[in-house]
Amino acid sequence: MKLYCLSGHPTLPCNVLKFKSTTIMLDCGLDMTSTLNFLPLPLVQSPRLSKLPGLVLKDGSTFLDKELKECSGHVFVDSVPEFCLPETELLDLSTVDVILISNYHCMMALPYITEYTGFTGTVYATEPTVQIGRLLMEELVNSIERVPKAQSASTWKNKEVQRLLPAPLKDAVEVSMWRKCYTMPEVNAALSKIQLVGYSQKIELFGAVQVTPLSSGYALGSSNWIIQSHYEKVSYVSGSSLLTTHPQPMDQASLKNSDVLILTGLTQIPTANPDGMVGEFCSNLAMTVRNGGNVLVPCYPSGVIYDLLECLYQYIDSAGLSNVPFYFISPVANSSLEFSQIFAEWLCHNKQTKVYLPEPPFPHAELIQTNKLKHYPSIHGDFSNDFKQPCVIFTGHPSLRFGDVVHFMELWGKSSLNTVIFTEPDFSYLDALAPYQPLAMKCVYCPIDTRLNFIQVSKLLKEVQPLHVVCPEQYTQPPPSQSHRTDLMIDCQPPPMSYRRAEVLTLPYKRRYEKIEIMPELADSLVPLEIKPGISLATVSAMLHTKDNKHVLQLPPKPPQPPTSKKRKRVSDDVPECKPLKPLLSGSIPVDQFVQTLEK
Amino acid sequence: MPEIKVTPLGAGQDVGRSCILVSIAGKNVMLDCGMHMGYNDDRRFPDFSYITQNGRLTDFLDCVIISHFHLDHCGALPYFSEMVGYDGPIYMTHPTKAICPILLEDYRKITVDKKGETNFFTSQMIKDCMKKVVAVHLHQTVQVDEELEIKAYYAGHVLGAAMFQIKVGCESVVYTVSMHSSSYRCAAWIDKCRPDLLITESTYATTIRDSKRCRERDFLKKVHETVERGGKVLIPVFALGRAQELCILLETFWERMNLKAPIYFSTGLTEKANHYYKLFITWTNQKIRKTFVQRNMFEFKHIKAFDRAFADNPGPMVVFATPGMLHAGQSLQIFRKWAGNEKNMVIMPGYCVQGTVGHKILSGQRKLEMEGRQILEVKMQVEYMSFSAHADAKGIMQLIRQAEPRNVLLVHGEAKKMEFLKQKIEQEFHVNCYMPANGETTTIFTNPSIPVDISLGLLKRETAIGLLPDAKKPKLMHGTLIMKDNSFRLVSPEQALKELGLAEHQLRFTCRVHIQDPRKEHETVLRVYNHLKGVLKDYSVQHLPDGSITVESILIQATAHSEDQGTKVLLVSWTYQDEELGSYLTSLLKKGLPQSTS
Repeated sequence: MKLYCLSGHPTLPCNVLKFKSTTIMLDCGLDMTSTLNFLPLPLVQSPRLSKLPGLVLKDGSTFLDKELKECSGHVFVDSVPEFCLPETELLDLSTVDVILISNYHCMMALPYITEYTGFTGTVYATEPTVQIGRLLMEELVNSIERVPKAQSASTWKNKEVQRLLPAPLKDAVEVSMWRKCYTMPEVNAALSKIQLVGYSQKIELFGAVQVTPLSSGYALGSSNWIIQSHYEKVSYVSGSSLLTTHPQPMDQASLKNSDVLILTGLTQIPTANPDGMVGEFCSNLAMTVRNGGNVLVPCYPSGVIYDLLECLYQYIDSAGLSNVPFYFISPVANSSLEFSQIFAEWLCHNKQTKVYLPEPPFPHAELIQTNKLKHYPSIHGDFSNDFKQPCVIFTGHPSLRFGDVVHFMELWGKSSLNTVIFTEPDFSYLDALAPYQPLAMKCVYCPIDTRLNFIQVSKLLKEVQPLHVVCPEQYTQPPPSQSHRTDLMIDCQPPPMSYRRAEVLTLPYKRRYEKIEIMPELADSLVPLEIKPGISLATVSAMLHTKDNKHVLQLPPKPPQPPTSKKRKRVSDDVPECKPLKPLLSGSIPVDQFVQTLEK
Repeated sequence: MPEIKVTPLGAGQDVGRSCILVSIAGKNVMLDCGMHMGYNDDRRFPDFSYITQNGRLTDFLDCVIISHFHLDHCGALPYFSEMVGYDGPIYMTHPTKAICPILLEDYRKITVDKKGETNFFTSQMIKDCMKKVVAVHLHQTVQVDEELEIKAYYAGHVLGAAMFQIKVGCESVVYTVSMHSSSYRCAAWIDKCRPDLLITESTYATTIRDSKRCRERDFLKKVHETVERGGKVLIPVFALGRAQELCILLETFWERMNLKAPIYFSTGLTEKANHYYKLFITWTNQKIRKTFVQRNMFEFKHIKAFDRAFADNPGPMVVFATPGMLHAGQSLQIFRKWAGNEKNMVIMPGYCVQGTVGHKILSGQRKLEMEGRQILEVKMQVEYMSFSAHADAKGIMQLIRQAEPRNVLLVHGEAKKMEFLKQKIEQEFHVNCYMPANGETTTIFTNPSIPVDISLGLLKRETAIGLLPDAKKPKLMHGTLIMKDNSFRLVSPEQALKELGLAEHQLRFTCRVHIQDPRKEHETVLRVYNHLKGVLKDYSVQHLPDGSITVESILIQATAHSEDQGTKVLLVSWTYQDEELGSYLTSLLKKGLPQSTS
């Protein structure tokens, strides 16, 4: 059993597990932090951005000034943003049999894998994962494609050139592998390879391995996976949550008795308490609006936004915000809000109960009905007519590099009345803000990451008792910025095996048995003999049939009278055709009786 | 021999009151728990005293499975769990769990509040009963206990309807209400699971209905004609299922034809039902799901809520009213008002149980005796359209072809029609087909194979050998089965001996064969060697440096006879395991060596 680690990002994993002649890819996350090195894509021409000075290298050379721009001491690539793909060279990805997706954030690299590597297998994911994953991809493609950029910078990627650049560009990894965004046809082709699965559904792979998704409690349709044969069990835990938000709670019991537990997707902000952050979010929002400012919330179109809207639904009236308009701007805003209401089976118990009434499970339905929340596909069209300030705007992308959020950063950045509140934990907010500096607007950082923290992990591991734990190397040491916090790492016995990008791990396990079926006719012919109290033996000679990795024992076609007694001897004149049978000889020999018999 | 026993408590050669007991590998499962629309006495519920005369049913049943929310499949549930007594798990899908209590409450209201019955389940009982329900996902494998597992498949009958596979070890039963697709549901699907037994409904066993599209066109034509001539159309429906299907149909037709006549559906249930369809839209078909963001099919523009006073309005209208068999409630009230006018029409879109007004008018009766000896003369047109989502013969045959069961058992149909279908199934698929009456037990013998653990070493050794000449050819394998504490392990004989701490005995046979050969010993040996090599082409024959020959593991040594130098003595020695080859060799050598020219 081998694990090929294709991604170095602990929350956007991409691993390949080779297990019993099957090759299984676990997630294909797309590391989008690479986009932070690029200049934002403004919807309308931004004089500020276009006037940024080109980079002059230390030696005075200016050959990069078209590609690289400087802003407040940071250097940015002036080009279409690019993403850091999982490793594609570590193994031949066309040999991957199946891809298991754990949640919609961890499938963003799917088109790169299914459309460019000769992949011919099947992708398994739950229905909400696919539907919302599609929305995320649509939004991504849309926000990049609608701002066509003539320039595609590549000179800076040259190894010799990259060496000369200031940090962080100098240290950026695998820049030669960075790719532009995929297109909608590629997204559709990739999604067409997905087969929908439900929680606790057992899926047979070639008769050799069974995979099962389990609820992971993190997002709508998010799952952990069990990969098992009759005797071995690997648990893949990715993006799980024990907090009660909207999704179905995490299924922990089914993770018990694992030989190997692969642990990824823990919280990225281990020191922040999500509940506290939500409170801070609300109070900052209220304060800004009361002072006549606008609030900008850069966010993904699905996930935490549902919880934020639900909090605001309860909070608006008591905070006197009933007249403040809330806008949700995204090409998929409407779809996201609608889809959230129809996945009753994937929701937590309280929300399910509401559907049974029947009422929409999320209160944003009411916010929309009462016109408190309005959604628009983009800032063009209806929005420009309805737009009233002060207001609260939810829009993407959280990286602040593309999407409608760029427009509002440029629009509101100059006034200290306005506030941008960061809730998504995927991007460093300081890096995200860098190309907008200097900035007068207030910045509040309330990262809400509901995924497991280290205390919950150690409790979970004690509970489910896996024999071995495998995790990204980041989890085996304290975070670099808080090296004294030894509590912020995985603590278990035996210590976890860690992996890093482009590494291949050999997982410790030993297979000793396999399932085989004995046909009833053969079972009837067996003669068990009680050797010791409670233990019987029977000699089996049978035809072995193996089909689709299933083994069956049948009666031999022409039973050559299995020699059950030692006394039978037969002399045949033909050369014996099949290998003679080999019964075992053991037991006590009644020597006296034996000798007597011989004497006769 | 292992067996599966099936006893219908209801729906055995009958329609309505579905309730089937299945015993499989020591587990008892009850499939559905329905009521009978045709009865108002004890016979409306299944006879649970069959399970036990006294005491609670929990001790006798491992679980209860409800296939869908129609009352003839779940109507007896509160009576069963709260009045007779059952505390075990009841499984159903999410939409069924959502809708079931509403229909039960409606049923209770009609029975208790309107008809004034007293010995009936209460609202609280419905609530308590629903607390015992465990909702299942499609395709989710639910482990009821360590051995018993169930799995739901999409059935497409009505919103949330499911087929269930019940499995213990290698033995399995599939229970299905129907396989049918319609304008808003996608076709039912099951994998080739080869169950020992398939239990299926056979409501429309003899009907092979014409295409759905024809029926729909016919329906729209009739409604349109009636409305055009100023008549009123009554469509008695059950709140959920067909009603939504027909609503979608009329809505789009009205839109297209720009018709103005009002369409109503009776308030309360149906309206609420549409909400369920909106929220459980993932259970409908692909087309509806894809377009729902732009337009939810279940938000109707032309169809409005019905008020009792509207029935007397002049002019044409179309009304959907519950219940579907005209046996009580609003649909019957409207029917009585409109029956006397030949311009009006009643369209029965589904099956009607004997004893109901629906059944009477469908069988041609035109003078009905109502309560209080009143005679109602039916002048309005009566049309029957089978929109019911029950399986017809074609659907059932497709299902059998798909699932490949070893036996089939028919329920929920009339005996005569079942007989017809039974013959058809037996002819076409050559499987046994049963149709037990209520209370009659059918026993099916199964012959499951026995799963054992085989040591990987043994299996690899055997498959490795098997790979050499012909990988496809099955290979003979030898092992020892160790049976201990109900566990079965197949290991190599050597390993078995080692594990049990038994010493292995060596049993060798030794035989002397005299051969007349004046030559020197090593020459004799060479001759023997060449001879054996010539005869035994497939075996490994070796001439060892010490002068002996081995054939596989059989040893042959030659010595000169102590008295007669012209006679050589060949010593042949083999183990018991090589007995056949050994005896063959001795007899071969006894025949002497061929006169070689060399």
